[in-house]
Amino acid sequence: MNIIGYSDRISVRAGETIRFMVSCERPVSYRADLVRVVCGDLNPAGPGYREVEIDSPINGQYEGRRQPLLCGSYAIVEGARLAEVRSLCVQAMVWPTRPRGKEQVLLSHWSGEQAAGYELVIDVSGAVALRLGDGSGRVELVSTELPIREREWCLVGASVDTEAKRVVLHQQQQIACERSTTSAVIERSVAILPATTGGPLLIAARLAGRSPDGRCLTEAHYNGKIDSPRLSGRALTAAEMIQLFQRRVPQHLRPDVVAAWDFSLEIPAQRIIDVSGNGLHGTLVNLPARAMTGYNWSASEMRWSSALQEYGAIHFHDDGVYDAGWQSDFALTVPQGMPSGSYAVHLRAGDDEDYLPFFVRCETGKPSAKLLYIAQTATYMAYANLSFTFTASAAELLANRLIVVQPWEEHLNAHPELGLSLYDDHSDGSGVCYSSRLRPILNMRPKVQTSTAGLGSMLWGYNADTHLTDWLEASGYAFDVITDEDLHAEGIEILRHYRTVMTGTHPEYYSEPMLDALKAYTERGGRLMYMGGNGFYWRIAYHPVLPGAIEVRRAEDGTRAWLARPGEYYHSFSGELGGLWRRQDRPPQRLVGTGFIAQGFDLSTGYHRTPASENPRVAFAFEGIDRDEPIGYFGLIGGGAAGLEVDIVDPRLGTPPHTLVVAHSDELPDSFLLVNEEQLINTPDVMGSTNPRIRSDLAFF
Amino acid sequence: MYRVNHNEKHLADEFMANPFGRPSPELQRVLIVFRGEPVAGKYVLVCTKPFKEWALAELGGKRGEPVKLLGERFTSLEEAERYVFRKRWKKYTGHDLA
Repeated sequence: MNIIGYSDRISVRAGETIRFMVSCERPVSYRADLVRVVCGDLNPAGPGYREVEIDSPINGQYEGRRQPLLCGSYAIVEGARLAEVRSLCVQAMVWPTRPRGKEQVLLSHWSGEQAAGYELVIDVSGAVALRLGDGSGRVELVSTELPIREREWCLVGASVDTEAKRVVLHQQQQIACERSTTSAVIERSVAILPATTGGPLLIAARLAGRSPDGRCLTEAHYNGKIDSPRLSGRALTAAEMIQLFQRRVPQHLRPDVVAAWDFSLEIPAQRIIDVSGNGLHGTLVNLPARAMTGYNWSASEMRWSSALQEYGAIHFHDDGVYDAGWQSDFALTVPQGMPSGSYAVHLRAGDDEDYLPFFVRCETGKPSAKLLYIAQTATYMAYANLSFTFTASAAELLANRLIVVQPWEEHLNAHPELGLSLYDDHSDGSGVCYSSRLRPILNMRPKVQTSTAGLGSMLWGYNADTHLTDWLEASGYAFDVITDEDLHAEGIEILRHYRTVMTGTHPEYYSEPMLDALKAYTERGGRLMYMGGNGFYWRIAYHPVLPGAIEVRRAEDGTRAWLARPGEYYHSFSGELGGLWRRQDRPPQRLVGTGFIAQGFDLSTGYHRTPASENPRVAFAFEGIDRDEPIGYFGLIGGGAAGLEVDIVDPRLGTPPHTLVVAHSDELPDSFLLVNEEQLINTPDVMGSTNPRIRSDLAFF
Repeated sequence: MYRVNHNEKHLADEFMANPFGRPSPELQRVLIVFRGEPVAGKYVLVCTKPFKEWALAELGGKRGEPVKLLGERFTSLEEAERYVFRKRWKKYTGHDLA
């Protein structure tokens, strides 16, 4: 894939402008064309791939260029006060997650070009070390030479006394009852003193230079948590260092403290706050994880907003990414009269191609159809750049057949800087809790297949949903389109003009405003068609300010690709409890009648009608269908209409009493297993052929 | 722990007859062993022509390591499944499948 890109928006309407960012690994000339996406499935057994080219001023030839994606999260602080520091003390509490193998910077005020400054690092061996550079080419590294413990809190600090030319290094593990100590205090004379650098100070990375467009190029990213980093303008004693970990800077140390960052402040923001009074606030880059338990977390409070003083940690990752920040190659201002629908810019460079998808919506309050289709962009973002087929042995077990590696997956594997999905682990093994669409999302494209989707077309997410919209179009049903982001931002207002609202095939990730909007819509008599399985499952938060970023916390229940750590169940973006909607008393059964019961990813089956299907209330749905006629025993996804992730009714979970269960699926294969949240005590009846609850229900109310 | 045994060759016959059928519980147990192998060196297919051609490969085991192509190519997923099943049967039982 020599050509990839993304857009700054996912949903636009007439008069609005959407910008497209493109990168070519090797600079080539490329062609861009606006297309309407009709069916993204290449399966020759299906309706056939179809896109429709649209005349547009953006159609044409462009010169491609390479635009790098700079991943890795860190904090950056600028300020003249930093350059005044001579004797110094840097300190922090750290919880390293991958301390060996490569050098990782904890705090760096360093100029690589001049070899000047100082930085506190974890060296290749995993020991805490201090690097000094005098600006004339001489560099010294002092190390404790004692590997730090992984995933345990440790006080790290280094002081430099420029008069005595002495360095003291502290590495104090914070766990009691250690048999083999990993704590050390090292005192050394040094031959050189750190030169001052006019550059910024970085936390969790080193500044390696600037790109031509002024962006920071960083290296030696740290993996793990940092809590309460401090910088003082004097070589503090050990006792003073410990005093300085208090939230408020002690009065007697105030004259010496240059910066004291309190990461528990402004948690939803991408800013770090200096409480020293010197105003050395900083900016966070690439969404490090916030609202993380700190070194002093007592486990007596699970909600960060109720115990800020115990949530002073940020977890940094070397593979975090938020906004690729590429230069725009071209922009489209949506012309008046462009029909609402699913569109993309088709990029072509020789044999390489990419699609940059987006949706055109109509004006709020001016519907062009009775039916509104919600493109489940939150779910697309949750699965964005799903990478587990290269790392999870469970992938073949899940698919129950050989994994078929797709070209997009190979490209992703070679380019970890494209970032991960909410189903992946970071390189240090911690779960990915944020996802962004301001980067190329290689599996949110027409034509792509996903191995762990049903045998046949193997479609998931964006491309699976083209089956639905293609069918609507082929059947002559006019529809408008909005996205999850629109629903989140505008709520019921955006829905109330439509007689019917239809979801995609997997509306799994819902924010509270999105769920509230659908609830209000149905309560007002609106018709909601839930066309998927495992819907309305995870609670998510959209960032209140940053565009295109969502958060999930995989808390104590459900089918989880990773598990949030104790005390880290609350969204940093919003303060809300994360996890399953079901665990927050809003099970999907209450909204749509059915909810998640089982999953399997190989074969599907069909449905048979129930006596309730003869009820006159649903006569309209069964017009032309015989009472005993099998339903949906064919298809492109596992060969049937019931499969992948299936739902059933459950009155205990809120299925309304007037619900008609009009069809049950046939028995599902043994690859379909009962979901965790339905298993309180483990019993052996968890497979499709042995548990009557493992089925799919079609419900109407 | 269950071990795949050549005395259960009838399960291999069941798989060969229909690699994408609904396996019997006994065959599914064999498949769990085969498909649950660790990632490093695990067989996968690489899609070379969508819906037409797949190449046999093995995974490196870590993110960033490319797949290693093994040479075999298949024009049907069923054939690929049979090929890999034979390889794994030999590995776990020491016996070739006829």
